[in-house]
Amino acid sequence: MPTRDIDEDIKWAQINKDVLRSMENPRMGYWIAIAVSLTLLSFAVGAEIYQYNVGMGPSNLNWPHMWDLYIATFIFWIGMSHSGTLLSAILHIIQADWRKPIYRFAEAMTTFTLMTAGLFPVIHLGRLWNMYWVLPYFSDRGIWPNFRSPLVWDAFAISTYLTSSALFLFIGMIPDLSICRDNTRGWRKKLYTVLSLGWRGDDRQWRNFRKTYMLMACFLIPLAVSVHSIVSADFAMSIMPGWHVTTFPPYFVAGALYSGCAAIITLFILLRYFFRFEQYMTMPILDKTCKLTFAIAMVWTYLNLIEFSSIWYGHDEVGKELLLAKFNGPYSPYFWAMLFLGSVMPFTLAFEKIRNNIPALFVISLLLNVGMWLERWMIVTPTLSLSYHPFAFDVMWPSWVQWFIVLGSFGWFGLLFLVFVKIVPSVSMYEVKEMIFHRRHLANKDIASVMHRRATDDGSMATETPGN
Amino acid sequence: MKKYHMLGLFSNFDEAFTAISDIRHYKVPGVSVDDVTLISPIEHPEIEEVLGERTSHVPKFTLMGALFGSTAGFIFLAAAQANFTVQPQGGKPVIAIPSNIVLSYEMLIMAAVLCTVTGFLLGARLLRRRKSLYSENVGVDQVGIEMEVEEKYLEPLKELFREHKVLEIREEVAK
Repeated sequence: MPTRDIDEDIKWAQINKDVLRSMENPRMGYWIAIAVSLTLLSFAVGAEIYQYNVGMGPSNLNWPHMWDLYIATFIFWIGMSHSGTLLSAILHIIQADWRKPIYRFAEAMTTFTLMTAGLFPVIHLGRLWNMYWVLPYFSDRGIWPNFRSPLVWDAFAISTYLTSSALFLFIGMIPDLSICRDNTRGWRKKLYTVLSLGWRGDDRQWRNFRKTYMLMACFLIPLAVSVHSIVSADFAMSIMPGWHVTTFPPYFVAGALYSGCAAIITLFILLRYFFRFEQYMTMPILDKTCKLTFAIAMVWTYLNLIEFSSIWYGHDEVGKELLLAKFNGPYSPYFWAMLFLGSVMPFTLAFEKIRNNIPALFVISLLLNVGMWLERWMIVTPTLSLSYHPFAFDVMWPSWVQWFIVLGSFGWFGLLFLVFVKIVPSVSMYEVKEMIFHRRHLANKDIASVMHRRATDDGSMATETPGN
Repeated sequence: MKKYHMLGLFSNFDEAFTAISDIRHYKVPGVSVDDVTLISPIEHPEIEEVLGERTSHVPKFTLMGALFGSTAGFIFLAAAQANFTVQPQGGKPVIAIPSNIVLSYEMLIMAAVLCTVTGFLLGARLLRRRKSLYSENVGVDQVGIEMEVEEKYLEPLKELFREHKVLEIREEVAK
């Protein structure tokens, strides 16, 4: 397995060539993935049409189980969106240059996971056509949504996050879209000409671009934290046992980053294979992503233990009863699976041999996300099955309609993502060039002496570099 | 006096920067570094040291957006909640400060991001027709110096570019 980092001697023209070629000529696996996504999506469309016509009955959603897989999967997709923010915004601000070849698809993931998550409250509502009631529009009847409800906060937070992350993704793509514009013909050229907004790479554009990108990154980080904290408020603001927990916001944010990182590993491996990106999506980058995932997994595990211990040592008997029921009740196999996949499985990432084994990593990353999906299900359903009142005790299993719609959401996300990476460069060409330039720049002092020439220097070649 | 747009293409930043340095030191009279536009495939980390301080107004847009988003957001929510007075509030305040802070925070970010993008589009002069002197090689690996000069300085400037191993010079009459 090649473990070399990105080749610093690669020609810039070669970077353009490799990335542009990837958009035309993917491996067969890409088309298989498209077919699988379409199949999954068709399941969901069929199930949703059925549910729409018949009503919510076939989904098994009934009191006390008003929330089930739809809401659990909604949280799962919202959580996954945090990967883009982490890899793109946080690592951009701390100037971790290894993010550069992979941040584009992570940002795209953020946007598309949010678009997928946004479907679930609508599907869950049943009466799809009334979804807009949650938005604060000017109504002739003077009716406004209840601004005290975390569900309305969700609508505000998610629409802000979707708008901001889509703009962040788009702004970051503009220089690359101009390269596409210069190297394509036909409908693609027309598309890229419109999308590149007339970019030509002059110093005014770059200066404003840098400022804009940095400012947006600064806003995206608190936004991402607030979004998942608000999603956790959907639960924590209630008085239900197992939900009314003060550690829920950080627990949700850690879980979000965790599932996002695991998904990045999955998509990293797929894109690397589909588009022959071995030279850009290198093993050292994958190695760093795995270490990051491991670290976040440990934070998540710690927060789990904190939650368990605070319930165990607290005086809330109903909460304690629920915690015990999670360990040995009807949902216990799933709860144990969640603990194993979420807390034990990441230890495999501590071994270098596994971190260098792509098939093993692919399977592990998928299992980690299965664990994180189970986590969301285990937040929602056990609480509703064992609430305060014995007459409300009920064990419910999701119907095929719910399962099909959940599976179909993966198809929907996969389709959006795969179409995107075929139309837009999934490796940022200009950022990879910058990365190589900076590394060479630091390595080569002769170049550095020229590059660091001050405006006040005379016309002769300068020999000093700042800091020397 | 006729004016010309001129674009010199160099193989790397090194050559382009030494040419700009000569312009800064008035090797060509009547041509100033303030007239130079550098076109490049990436942004050089020390570009300001070569071209001098050039400002960006994007942060001002961001600040205005953030202030507008938070204040207008709060006022909008409070105004909407004031409409609730006809409805029973159950002893709760009409304008709920904690929830309004959460929502105003989201509106702050939304408006700040939208204004930042607006500032970028205006500041970077995007959404305009590109100049015809553009070279596709700039998107690959070449660095361009673009200037608008009077006819009499055209030849000396070309000479200066040639001294610095310019790859290609393009020119057109300025409209």
